[in-house]
Amino acid sequence: MSILLVAEHDNSELKVDTLKAVNAASKIGGDITVLVAGLNCSGVADEASKIDGVSKVLLADNAAYEHSLAENLGALVVDLASDYSHILAPATTTGKNFMPRVAALLDVEQISDIISVEGSDTFTRPIYAGNAIATVQSEYAKKVITIRTSAFDKAALTGSAEVVSIGSEQNAGLSSFVSQELTESERPELTAASVVISGGRGMQNGENFKLLDGIADKLGAAVGASRAAVDAGFVPNDMQVGQTGKIVAPDLYIAVGISGAIQHLAGMKDSKVIVAINKDAEAPIFQVADYGLVADLFEALPELETSI
Amino acid sequence: MKILVPIKRVIDYNVKARVKADNSDVDLANVKMAMNPFCEIAVEEAVRLKEQGKAEEVIVVSIGDKSCQEQLRTALALGADRAIQIDSDAKLGSLQVAKLLKELVDKEQPNLVILGKQSIDSDNNQTGQMLAALTNLPQGTFASKVDLEADKVQVTREVDGGLQTVSLSLPAIVTTDLRLNEPRYASLPNIMKAKRKPLEVIPAADLGVELTSKVKVLKVEEPSQRGGGVIVESVAELVEKLKNEAKVIA
Repeated sequence: MSILLVAEHDNSELKVDTLKAVNAASKIGGDITVLVAGLNCSGVADEASKIDGVSKVLLADNAAYEHSLAENLGALVVDLASDYSHILAPATTTGKNFMPRVAALLDVEQISDIISVEGSDTFTRPIYAGNAIATVQSEYAKKVITIRTSAFDKAALTGSAEVVSIGSEQNAGLSSFVSQELTESERPELTAASVVISGGRGMQNGENFKLLDGIADKLGAAVGASRAAVDAGFVPNDMQVGQTGKIVAPDLYIAVGISGAIQHLAGMKDSKVIVAINKDAEAPIFQVADYGLVADLFEALPELETSI
Repeated sequence: MKILVPIKRVIDYNVKARVKADNSDVDLANVKMAMNPFCEIAVEEAVRLKEQGKAEEVIVVSIGDKSCQEQLRTALALGADRAIQIDSDAKLGSLQVAKLLKELVDKEQPNLVILGKQSIDSDNNQTGQMLAALTNLPQGTFASKVDLEADKVQVTREVDGGLQTVSLSLPAIVTTDLRLNEPRYASLPNIMKAKRKPLEVIPAADLGVELTSKVKVLKVEEPSQRGGGVIVESVAELVEKLKNEAKVIA
C-alpha cells in the first residue's frame, strides 16, 4: 500500500489538520507521501518533511496552485494518482472542494469525513448529523478519502523525509482567483484550539459576542457560534460550529446561549469537557453538557471572566 | 440563460434520525421527509436570478422513486418552470448521482447548475464537485454570493479562514452555503399553479449509467452517548469544578 496525502497549508504555514491526517494515514499503513502544492511554499514542504511517518514530500510550487483552485489542484492529484493505493486529504473546505473532483475523474466513490480506520479498505464515518455512525467498505482498487481531523491526534514532528520538487503545472483555465477576505485574529483557529467558547441565538446580537472575547483571551480560546447565531447575522459563517460548519473536539467547549439543536451538537459533541450556560433549564444542550449552569448569560459571563 | 437545479428528498432537518435495531441502516419508515435545506437555497437562488431577468428558465431535477415528485412540486411552487424526475429506486452514491446528472446536463445544456453543498442525510459534500469534474466545468462551492454575468459568474465562497471569491467561465457549477439567501415559502396560489407545471419522468436505466455502488455499508450504529453531567449552582462552583475536577483550566 502507498498513500498520497495532500497537505493543508496557506503557502507559509503547514496547518495542524495535516499532522492529524498523517496520523490517520499511518493507521491505514504503507508508505506515506505528502503533496505540498502551492506557490512559494518550500518552507511548508520542509515542515511537512519533519512529520513522523512521512517517507517523502512532493513539492509542486507553481502559480496555478497558489489558491488551491479545485480545477487545478484536482488535475495535479489525478496526474500523480497512479502510483498510490490511497489518496487522502483533510476534510477542510479545501479538501472538500477538490477531492470529489479527484474521485470522479478516477471513477471512484469518495469516502468523506472518516473518523476511524478499521482496515485498509474499511472506515467509519458519521451520517445524519452524527446521529448515526456508518462502517463502510470500499471495493475500489484506489481509495479516495477525506479525514475528519478532529477525530485524530497530531503526528509528531520528529521525522526527516526527503523533499522532491515536481515540475507539474496543471492549469485548467476554467476558473481564476479574484480576492479573499480572511478573518484576522490573534486567537487560535477553531479547529486547532484546545478551548472553544461559542455563542448562540441567546447572545441577542453581534455586539454581545464581545462578552465572550474577554473569556476567550484569558483561556487562549477560539470563539465560535451556532448556526442560529450565523443565520441571524450576528457573526460571520467562518465561526459556525456544526454539521455543515466546522467540526471541533477541544479539551473544553463552552456553549453560551445555545439551545443545542442536533445540527450544532454534530459539530462539538466529541469535545472532552462540555460546559453549557443557558437560562432555559430544558435546553437540549444540557443533555450533552458535563457541567450545566442555568443562568442569564449577561450576568454569568462577566462573573466568569473575573473569576478565571 | 438556463439554470438546472438538482434537489434531494431527505429526512426533515428537525427530525432526529434513529438507527434500525438490526444496525443495517437508519430507520426512515414513517419519518417526515422534506427538501434538503441546501437544495432549497439552490432553488431560491435560481428563482431570484430569473426574477432579476438574468435567467429565462429554471429546471429542477430529482433522482428517486415517485415520492420525490413531492419535492419537485415544492420547487415548482417556489418558482421553478419545469421538473424532471429521474426514476430509480436504487440506493445511489454521489458518483452515480453525478453521472446521471451529467447525462441530463449533456441533454439540457444549462448555463449554470446550482446544487446544495451537502445533503443532511449522507453528509457527503461531493455531488456538485463530481458533476463539475465529469462535465469538465469550473466549480464555485460553498457559495455565499453569486454574481451572474453574460459569460462568467463570480462566486464568493465560505472557506475555513473567511471568504474567497473566484471567477468561473460559463457554463459552471455552483454549490450553496447557508448564507447565500433565505428561501421563501410557497404561497397557496403558487402551490396550486405548480400542479399544472410540466413534470417529466425519465427512467434512470435509459441514461446508460452503471448504478451499482461499490462502497458497501457494513453496519450503521448509534454514536457513543455522553455520560450524564451535573448542574452547577453558580459561576464560582463551575470554575472550581473546571479547575479541580475536570482540570481543563489552570
